[in-house]
Amino acid sequence: MSVADYFDTMDYGPAPEADGDARAWIAKHDGLFGHFIDGQFKAGETTFDSHEPASGKFLARLAKGSTADIDAAVKAARKAQKKWTALPGHVRARHLYALARTIQRNARLIAVIEALDNGKPIRETRDIDVPLAARHFYHHAGWAQIQDAEFADYDPVGVVGQIIPWNFPVLMLAWKIAPALALGNTVVLKPAEFTSLTALLIAELAQAAGLPAGVLNIVTGEGDTGAALVDHPDVDKIAFTGSTEVGRIIRQRTAGSGKSLTLELGGKSPFIVFDDADLDGAVEGVVDAIWFNQGQVCCAGSRLLLHEGIADAFIAKLTRRMETLRVGAPLDKAIDMGAIVAPVQLERIASLVEQGVKEGATLHQPAGAIPSSGCYFPPTLLSNVATSSTVATEEIFGPVAVSMTFRTPDEAIQLANHSRYGLAASIWSETIGLALNVAAKLDSGVVWVNTTNMFDAACGFGGKKESGFGREGGREGAFEYLKPKLWKNTKPRPAITRPEASPATTGFDTPDIDRTAKLYIGGKQARPDGNYSRSVASPKGESVGDVGVGNRKDIRNAVAAARKASNWSAATEHNRAQIIYYIAENLSARTDEFAARMARVAGSTPAKATKEVDAAIARLFTYAAYADKYDGRVHVPPLRGVSLAMNEPIGVVGVICPPEAPLLGLVTLAAPLIAMGNRIVLVPSEVNPLAATDLYSVLETSDLPAGVLNIVTGDSLELSEVLASHADVNALWAFGSDALCTKVEQLSAGNLKRTFVDHGHQLDWFAASSEGPEWLRKASEIKNIWIPYGE
Amino acid sequence: MTSNVTPISPSASIGHNTDDTHQRNQPMALDLGWVRDVRVNLSATERRVATLPGRRTVKKDAQAAWLLKAVTCIDLTTLNGDDTEGRVRRLCGKAARPVRPDVMEALGMADRHLTTGAICVYHRFVGTAVSALEGTGIPVAAVSTGFPAGLSPHHLKVQEIKASVADGAQEIDIVITREHVLTGNWQALYDEMREYREACGDAHVKAILATGDLKTLRNVARASLVCMMAGADFIKTSTGKENVNATLAVSLTMLRCIRAFYERTGIKVGYKPAGGISTAKDVLTYQFLMKEELGRDWLEPDLFRIGASSLLADIERQLEHHATGAYSAFLRHPIG
Repeated sequence: MSVADYFDTMDYGPAPEADGDARAWIAKHDGLFGHFIDGQFKAGETTFDSHEPASGKFLARLAKGSTADIDAAVKAARKAQKKWTALPGHVRARHLYALARTIQRNARLIAVIEALDNGKPIRETRDIDVPLAARHFYHHAGWAQIQDAEFADYDPVGVVGQIIPWNFPVLMLAWKIAPALALGNTVVLKPAEFTSLTALLIAELAQAAGLPAGVLNIVTGEGDTGAALVDHPDVDKIAFTGSTEVGRIIRQRTAGSGKSLTLELGGKSPFIVFDDADLDGAVEGVVDAIWFNQGQVCCAGSRLLLHEGIADAFIAKLTRRMETLRVGAPLDKAIDMGAIVAPVQLERIASLVEQGVKEGATLHQPAGAIPSSGCYFPPTLLSNVATSSTVATEEIFGPVAVSMTFRTPDEAIQLANHSRYGLAASIWSETIGLALNVAAKLDSGVVWVNTTNMFDAACGFGGKKESGFGREGGREGAFEYLKPKLWKNTKPRPAITRPEASPATTGFDTPDIDRTAKLYIGGKQARPDGNYSRSVASPKGESVGDVGVGNRKDIRNAVAAARKASNWSAATEHNRAQIIYYIAENLSARTDEFAARMARVAGSTPAKATKEVDAAIARLFTYAAYADKYDGRVHVPPLRGVSLAMNEPIGVVGVICPPEAPLLGLVTLAAPLIAMGNRIVLVPSEVNPLAATDLYSVLETSDLPAGVLNIVTGDSLELSEVLASHADVNALWAFGSDALCTKVEQLSAGNLKRTFVDHGHQLDWFAASSEGPEWLRKASEIKNIWIPYGE
Repeated sequence: MTSNVTPISPSASIGHNTDDTHQRNQPMALDLGWVRDVRVNLSATERRVATLPGRRTVKKDAQAAWLLKAVTCIDLTTLNGDDTEGRVRRLCGKAARPVRPDVMEALGMADRHLTTGAICVYHRFVGTAVSALEGTGIPVAAVSTGFPAGLSPHHLKVQEIKASVADGAQEIDIVITREHVLTGNWQALYDEMREYREACGDAHVKAILATGDLKTLRNVARASLVCMMAGADFIKTSTGKENVNATLAVSLTMLRCIRAFYERTGIKVGYKPAGGISTAKDVLTYQFLMKEELGRDWLEPDLFRIGASSLLADIERQLEHHATGAYSAFLRHPIG
């Protein structure tokens, strides 16, 4: 076209970003890349090919990591870890700072390679991914610098295995390695098989920047390579970002290994538009929510929930806007969307859209052409989607939004939360009261008010429910790469054995009145469903009392009662504190009675048992004290606004108490959970469940609302399995045998419960470290609410 | 910007048809419900305009063409206390031949009769400009109604419009009374605008909102709607004399109002950012915004004007660079 032609048509014309340097870098390696292990590049024994999504053309040949490669990388990381951890924080800060600067210095090269390899627009790699990656290293250089002051009670986790997805290769790499390295861990990272190049480039740059050998290792490969990393016995932690399906497998495979785990998984994030929103602003929000990175974003606002009164107007505005979106070559500087990462993804998107239409949705796609060859899918909206439609619940992971309507704010919240996922949400309303109220009530790790897809190194990112657990970024993200020192010198728990209880006989003396403890469910003492009971024996085999044997139906009832007690999560912190104080007060009035019975079961002295009761009372006071003091933070990302990091209850939490410390153990676990607003189903110590059953009347007189604390006595292992596989339990704390903990972790994969287990290691329950903020952190989840300002 | 109204034709695409001269805006009744419904979120607006330059660009021949198009949309302006007839005549000469003929030739555009969109002057120089521009087809725009503060006696403001029209001005750039917006007196704003519109007769009227004085985007949006309801042919950001003149965020807000107005009435109102657009790079971003938010039609001078005095000189340098491959200098292009 000539100048005159353009003058008449006012078309945009091509605007290609030069890719010469990027291709020269690949050519310099002869298009063949190895692993980066112990500071050296190492050829792979077998290889696989990587292609350009935009054209389908061959891009590079990559090493396929074997078990031996993973082993070599883990060994290198282990070797380096001691020295790396021992470095002063300031020295590690210098290294992180150098990585940040290196990324900035090479920003355009990284951005172009990323666009070539992934198919995403150069605008996004250049303006978003790479700057955010650099920001992550800057921010975490800071955590290294102040680690000793800020995290005195924590050590680094050790050797961390990290597996990242293909949707943000270099950004996810930064999210993973910056906090890990900053806090004294060493890393073995496996990039996604579709997009390994920028990781290898970063390795090269890190080598040049003087990062010590073994601190950062990169092993490329496919699923097998990742599995070898997950299974490696000398890895202390796995941090994974990817699909919920694979996350579940990783949870199962790491169960019982003692590996700590962070999972950042899928989503079906709601994008809620109220009738008082800036609708044009919200339309642009949708563009940034679902047509960012071709919709291949775990937190993409893919579920439009529109107030019924404005739905038609909004859809009209949105479909008009879709007409102006340009889909084209990733290196074109005047496009909005590039290529889908691989044909297999393209097929999945297309078939889901087809299914959505089959199930009654109205399809909207712009008239504009998409490139005829290469891996492209047009921006797509499916309106009038029924909640029962596949596309309403399934993560499409492509440029496809689905829409449905709501009538009231309550209904919007209900629809938004009615999902297995809970990653992110976006709320559009110009009324502050409405927007913040809804933000507080959404079950998601991130909420954006009048904005969407905002990320920053200072703010935690991560999900609730089946969107995974753990946070990345900010202080909350730092904890994921630290382990509390309180576990440091714990030893495997000695077995407590009890002989069969012999019948208690008093001969012709007046016997005690028979006391058979029932279960405590929904604020009532309930007979166990199976109607069996068992005796609780002293070490000498004397029967001290009888307790019910709970079964799976009792657990079911208890979980239902806990689910119903949602008012507790909404109660004020002051109110929760008052009730916990009151429990302590009522318990203290009965100290002697508790101590006497505990001493009989334990075969110890009342004086010793009194110490445990007193410690339990003090611990209740601790959590009553913390209830209104363990508050959130206000993060300050680079934004005219704030991000509120709110500590929220996890929901319904199962608790398996340890066999020892029947009262103090119970209080240590239950009190922080209750203080943070969770509702509990608790299985008491098998050795002395009477300490728990004696508590029923204390709870009843302390105004604890029904269903907040439910107690089911019985076989710990059997009941833990029921709790772990229950889909309506959000978290499970299990303190007991290694076998029990392993089972709990395995079965929790079903709905990706947050687990907190001791792997059979016994804590000192009386220690000061057995209470406090670390426990409250475990008992809550952080939601980051982003609130930009401005009129 | 929002209005809870179903557009008259939800699927109406805003396409370009050069043969179609659009219907002139006629005053409608003041719709206070629509005005009060307006919501503009500043951060969301800013995000859109901040990312736009990364989403759109034009290179090489396309860029040259876009810049030439921008030239046709410039209201070449002189609004200074020291303006004289000689100064105005010199500017008119530039308006008639804005780009050097050899550059036009090199760009393959020699056969196109390229001029700026208009000349914009104070009332005193309307006659001078009309005679200087005779035969060029370039309209003369007069700033009016007590420009720039707009606080002269009302009857004098109306008389000023009539006098400029009598002298041959085809376009009148009025300034609104900011007080009406700042106090939410939409009726007064509407009445004033209607009266100005009437006084203009066949001359087109551009309503200057002085957005730098209005401060909030919500004020900008409401004032835009009221002026369009009262019959404005164009809405314009600023006089060039406020502390803050045209910005992309203000522009986006006004363009969305224009779109909403079009969707509801079928009438295309024009847009004129003024002040602060001084580089070729700047003007391209405004053009992208016009095309993206309103469509192809709004890239032509009948719906898009740029109030600028130094922009043309920068465009000329870019065009010469495009024609020769070498960077140019201001002194190689006739002074305006």
